[in-house]
Amino acid sequence: MAVSKDKIRNFSIIAHIDHGKSTLADRLLELTKSVALRDMTEQILDDMDLERERGITIKAHAVKLDYTANDGEVYELNLIDTPGHVDFNYEVSRSLAACEGAILVVDATQGIEAQTLANTYLALDHDLEIVPVINKIDLPSAMPDEVAAEIEDVIGLDCSVAPKISAKTGLNVEQVLERIVEDIPAPTGDDSLPLRALIFDSVYDSYRGVIVYVRIMDGKIKAGDTMKMMQTGATFTVVEVGYMRAQSMEPADELCAGEVGYITASIKTVRDANVGDTVTLATNPAPEPLPGYRSVLPMVFCGVYPADGNDYEALRDALEKLRLNDAALSFEPETSGVLGFGFRCGFLGLLHLEIIQERLEREYDLDLVTTIPSVIYKIHMTDGSVIEIDNPTHYPNPANIDYCEEPFTNAHIYSPSEYVGTIMDLCQTRRGIFKGMDYITKDRVDILYELPLNEIIYDFFDSLKSRTRGYASFDYEICDYRRSNLVKLDVLLNGDVIDALSFIIHSDMAYGKARKIAEKLKDNIPRQMFEIPVQVAIGGKVIARETIKAMRKDVLAKCYGGDITRKKKLLEKQKEGKKRMRSFGSVEVPQEAFMAVLKLDDNN
Amino acid sequence: MPLGLYIHVPFCRGKCPYCDFYSVIPSGGIIDEYTKCVCKQLDGYKGRLFDTVYFGGGTPSVIGADNISEIIESANIDSNAEITVECNPSDCGENGFDFDKAAIAGVNRISMGLQSAAESERKALGRRADMHDVENAVRRAQRAGIDNISLDIMLGIPGQSEETLKRSVDFCFSVGAKHISTYILKIEEGTYFDKVKDKLDLPDEDETADLYLRCAELIERGGMKQYEISNFAFPGFESRHNLKYWHCEEYIGAGPAAHSFVDGKRYYYERNLSEYLKNPEPVSDGSGGDFEEYAMLALRLTEGLQDIRVFERFGFHIPEKIFEKAKKYERNGLMTVDDGSVSLTTRGFLVSNAIIGDLLI
Repeated sequence: MAVSKDKIRNFSIIAHIDHGKSTLADRLLELTKSVALRDMTEQILDDMDLERERGITIKAHAVKLDYTANDGEVYELNLIDTPGHVDFNYEVSRSLAACEGAILVVDATQGIEAQTLANTYLALDHDLEIVPVINKIDLPSAMPDEVAAEIEDVIGLDCSVAPKISAKTGLNVEQVLERIVEDIPAPTGDDSLPLRALIFDSVYDSYRGVIVYVRIMDGKIKAGDTMKMMQTGATFTVVEVGYMRAQSMEPADELCAGEVGYITASIKTVRDANVGDTVTLATNPAPEPLPGYRSVLPMVFCGVYPADGNDYEALRDALEKLRLNDAALSFEPETSGVLGFGFRCGFLGLLHLEIIQERLEREYDLDLVTTIPSVIYKIHMTDGSVIEIDNPTHYPNPANIDYCEEPFTNAHIYSPSEYVGTIMDLCQTRRGIFKGMDYITKDRVDILYELPLNEIIYDFFDSLKSRTRGYASFDYEICDYRRSNLVKLDVLLNGDVIDALSFIIHSDMAYGKARKIAEKLKDNIPRQMFEIPVQVAIGGKVIARETIKAMRKDVLAKCYGGDITRKKKLLEKQKEGKKRMRSFGSVEVPQEAFMAVLKLDDNN
Repeated sequence: MPLGLYIHVPFCRGKCPYCDFYSVIPSGGIIDEYTKCVCKQLDGYKGRLFDTVYFGGGTPSVIGADNISEIIESANIDSNAEITVECNPSDCGENGFDFDKAAIAGVNRISMGLQSAAESERKALGRRADMHDVENAVRRAQRAGIDNISLDIMLGIPGQSEETLKRSVDFCFSVGAKHISTYILKIEEGTYFDKVKDKLDLPDEDETADLYLRCAELIERGGMKQYEISNFAFPGFESRHNLKYWHCEEYIGAGPAAHSFVDGKRYYYERNLSEYLKNPEPVSDGSGGDFEEYAMLALRLTEGLQDIRVFERFGFHIPEKIFEKAKKYERNGLMTVDDGSVSLTTRGFLVSNAIIGDLLI
């Protein structure tokens, strides 16, 4: 049942993490009776276990709500949920392109945070109408008026009619629905023009193939039409079109300009339905595709290997499946001398990496070994050529290198002003370049640093949180590549280079890091049958050395009244332990030791 | 083929701070009750012949020679059987354990816990007897005609040095021991030592390993030969009973916490005396005697894993990969390999868990 275009509102909710976006979405679903109360679970749109557990939204979700407004009219509200985290900006950007407006949720106890601004600017880039909403006013520490003033000052949004709500208790949430209807413009678009539908997401369903989520900009589409992807040129016969409901798909006769819905067409792989592509009709194609959005480039790379080599195929299948729903994930096979067969995976950032790793381990029951994350370095060779590497293994012979460049970021850190000292100290140790500091309010600051990406991909965010008791927030974007004095560190066990432990680092940090790695390995690798030298080297030059002494004693001396079982259990344990060992040349390293080195951070 | 018989005597006068063997302090008529229960259990094996008997514990001497005799009489024992009783020297004074009576019942081997000849180390281990008591106990046994005496020496005792170790070894030879067992102190979970281990001033891994090697050297210099990880003897005085374990031969265990291996199956009794007295039902522990188990045990012996025996028992030869791995260890002086056998060296014994695990993976 299509409603007239002026009764449609397409919107997203944007917010800093934990400001209550998903809870507000829950309330909107309830108020519009989109979900029966008995089926209501918390954060219903976050249907991945991981999303609920971490309290974050990873994937975009879309749902159609029917709302009878105070004017008595029934409106079709399309809520396109977005992730909040900086790593997932591209998901936000995709969602926003399908909307005319955005609800900006700000926590009345926290005020504006890093992603509040980042997401707001993204929304403004898309010319969206922004509806500010002040949330969590039920909390004793809420300062709705101050936060409203902050929004007006910093972002310049009029907050005089901004709903002050508690998504948790439901207080004033109906005002949000009214603001959506009143402030967010109805979509424009012409049903009679050739079809142009923007794919803002797609999911893979094992029965129906790829389901593409679209926003129809112009034209119409219905079952039986032959659709064409303007980017790839692929054509498919439409099987079904319809609307996304909170808990089901609702088939429809057709989707018209201005609407948000889904299309199924027996599409086999997500790569045939690129997010950002424009769908048109083969019979009456549009002359020009819609402007796509910034294609997403992975920024952080690491090797992902199955702990048990036999799981290689299973790992590949799992990655394929994850990529079906996650265009930002890239992977290609690689081999490591010590880890065997695995994949070089590209991620948007460290959170993305962690989430993929966790999903692989949890949803696909895989035991993984991941190598130290790397960024893309540009290596200028003496012969004038430039190579880009995301894997330290490919680092060329330093004799042939003219100079190296590494990616830098513009980083904003928002924090209560009392933490400025410790934050600057942290950024300084991470080779940051201080660019300025703005007071957002009298006791909150926005500190601007230029930071090398490779300094923030390990544990920067964790360090920042622990130094500021969780109060600081952080956002970054890649700005440029800069010339940098980089070296490659190699780790040698018993004289053999352990390729999986090599990494590229600024030469100023090399000695300290080398010493820590050597110590960590020494402490975590159990003694073996022979003495093992642990060395860390730049090129052929060893800059740190430790020795793991040979094992001297590992014996069960007593015979306990014929208790052979005890010995057998010990033998089984011994064998089991052996299986968890990685053979590094002639040295066997338990996975735990390997992980301990990979997790090496400032504190140890 | 005759079986071994292990009797676990779960009584001690006090608990040693390092020991996790099952024992309780006896009271009332519990010793008689226990003896009856063991005898009744052995009645069930009248059709079996035993050619080794080993009273272990706990402290078997605590139940006295009469009860030991009673138990021996209730079983069908070969006339040439080796019958060993573990004794605590503190039970073996003039009015203590009656070696004469034990000898008449057939006991022909005594194993005694010396642990150390250095009084400070004895104190650290909570041993009640002094060196005079130990010597006296050995003499009493010998006078009763039992001259096959084994003494235990502990390695890795808090404060132990090569010098004190040498005194302990010298003592064994001076009193005429025929067999020495050398056990490396292991801190067992739940013992008093486990609780206070951080304050114990224990020798570290390297020091303990050195003590073990030094100990083996001293004992062999005295004329005994090492035949198992922890056991040394003059030729012909190896413990026949314990060799049954290492040769993966069958035995019956009686008493709480005792293990049995009979007709290819392993059983054990729970570590619970009152349950044992009420209802001596063994718990099944699966089947035993496969190649892996056989090899694991054989590799504890200096004779090692012998192809001819493997072939005789299993009808196949030692897998080639075991030889290949063993050769790698031979280069490091941890194993000896020849055409027909692989065995660990004394240094290899020290890391036998790791090596055996690797060989059998």
